[in-house]
Amino acid sequence: MILLNTFMPGPVVLEYSYLLSAIMFVIGLKLQSHPETARKGNFWAAAGMILPMITTLILNKNSAGEGISFANASAVILIIAAGSVVGSIMARKVKMTAMPQMVSFFNATGGAASAAVALIEYDKNPNEAVLVGLLGLVVGSIAFSGSMIAYGKLDGKVGDIFSKVMTWVNLVFMLVITVLVLLVLFGGFEPQINTYLVYSLLVLSLIYGVSFVMPIGGADMPVVISLLNSLTGIAAAMAGFIYKNEAMILGGILVGAAGTILTLQMCKAMNRSLLNVIVGAFGGGGASANQEQGTIKEITLSDSAVLLSYSQKVVIIPGYGLAVAQAQHIAHELESLLENKGVDVRYAIHPVAGRMPGHMNVLLAEADVSYERLIEMDDINPDMPNVDVVIVIGANDVVNPAAYDDPGSPIYGMPIINAHFSKNIIIMKRGMGKGYAGIENFLFFNPKTRMLFGDAKSTLQKLVSEIKSL
Amino acid sequence: MESVLTFLTENKDAIFIIVLSIFLGFEVISNVPSVLHTPLMSGANAISGVIIIGCIILVGHASTTFEWVLGSVALFMATLNVAGGYVVTDRMLEMFKKKKK
Repeated sequence: MILLNTFMPGPVVLEYSYLLSAIMFVIGLKLQSHPETARKGNFWAAAGMILPMITTLILNKNSAGEGISFANASAVILIIAAGSVVGSIMARKVKMTAMPQMVSFFNATGGAASAAVALIEYDKNPNEAVLVGLLGLVVGSIAFSGSMIAYGKLDGKVGDIFSKVMTWVNLVFMLVITVLVLLVLFGGFEPQINTYLVYSLLVLSLIYGVSFVMPIGGADMPVVISLLNSLTGIAAAMAGFIYKNEAMILGGILVGAAGTILTLQMCKAMNRSLLNVIVGAFGGGGASANQEQGTIKEITLSDSAVLLSYSQKVVIIPGYGLAVAQAQHIAHELESLLENKGVDVRYAIHPVAGRMPGHMNVLLAEADVSYERLIEMDDINPDMPNVDVVIVIGANDVVNPAAYDDPGSPIYGMPIINAHFSKNIIIMKRGMGKGYAGIENFLFFNPKTRMLFGDAKSTLQKLVSEIKSL
Repeated sequence: MESVLTFLTENKDAIFIIVLSIFLGFEVISNVPSVLHTPLMSGANAISGVIIIGCIILVGHASTTFEWVLGSVALFMATLNVAGGYVVTDRMLEMFKKKKK
């Protein structure tokens, strides 16, 4: 290492390794935007991470010109080894249905790391950079505690708090945090008092992250995770700013920008504004809650089996209920069984079905469902009137016709899969409970609709054996 | 106001990178099929683990107990983010690959 530093232009190598890493991040993200190249893209991005880790460890020098000592380098390597083992095991063990929670958790750890770095480094730079350090601290802390709450919510450990009061509480938090940042910057206090202020800032940001995610309910969780993801990127970039480290700045901002675009795309898919999501006024109630309900018709397993077997076109609409019941494999079995009988079976995928965009695609991919059978909402809707039977498995809001014809409904205007245009509708559901958005679904009372009550997995299993015995 | 001007002058390069990266990020991500939204979010999440570089610098030059403890925790967390993030993303994408006939 000493040899390297003496005879080679170490700083130049280090700087250009950062440039190389930034290029790999961009290539990686670009490749990840297409299904065929996505996996390769992930490798590029991973390589773009490992390269600057190695060069930093070997070539980094602090402001006094000292390199990283052998003892410190050993500690770094040990911790990274431990973290890699733990992280990989967690990532390998997690079930595909719990993927959103996992991403949320990893996002929390990234946010925490950024906050910690900012906390240590914010005051070691010329005055002007303190603002950046404080921003990193605030944003990182919010990303950490917010992601942990999102993780808890998705895992069913934390409930929702719907209250208008929370909006005001959150506004007050934002105001106080802003005032504190300004006080540290321009207050001209003694360093000791500034330290107290910074720690209050840390605590307040952590609480704000909790109170920010707390009132955001159900259907909006995908948007929140994406938003928190972009916050973590911004926090990392702020920390990179402190170190004047190009790889960190570019990587962080890339994620921040990409996360923002993803967030907005998801809001668009639900026909809501980002502000509306953050305020968290969604869920429950609605003007349509007291409309006349109509009657529910049930269908027996054997009737369903016959109906499906003698259809020409069947469309399966999966939702979160399918994920919870781990019913993706048995759904695939049903699909191949019907396919062998000459039935054309496809899956209609709503962009926000499940708890994350694309959640259904990942789940069904796990069950070996062929890629070409997964049809996106906009592509399948025109063909809906020709479909003989639609099977809705554990989905609710994404097929609710209130989105078209009930201006009082919270989901009015959201694009849905037009299940109500098909000739027959079978809805598999555990009971008459409401969807995640907490609103009534009038598709259930449609004259073409019949309900098949029960757990998605066991019902599908029974249905499969029923079809086999026909 | 003078401090603002100094800040803008001294950090000109970083500000250039930030502004251009924002455009780059928008450009790279737009027009992604919704099939890939979850893996992409996960992949981007792994990249935000780039804070690990900062943690390496921090622990690499740690001298006080405060720096050692907080730095080590930060480095461990960042490694979880990076390693876990890439492995989870790869697991998702692997499944997309497999069913190509």
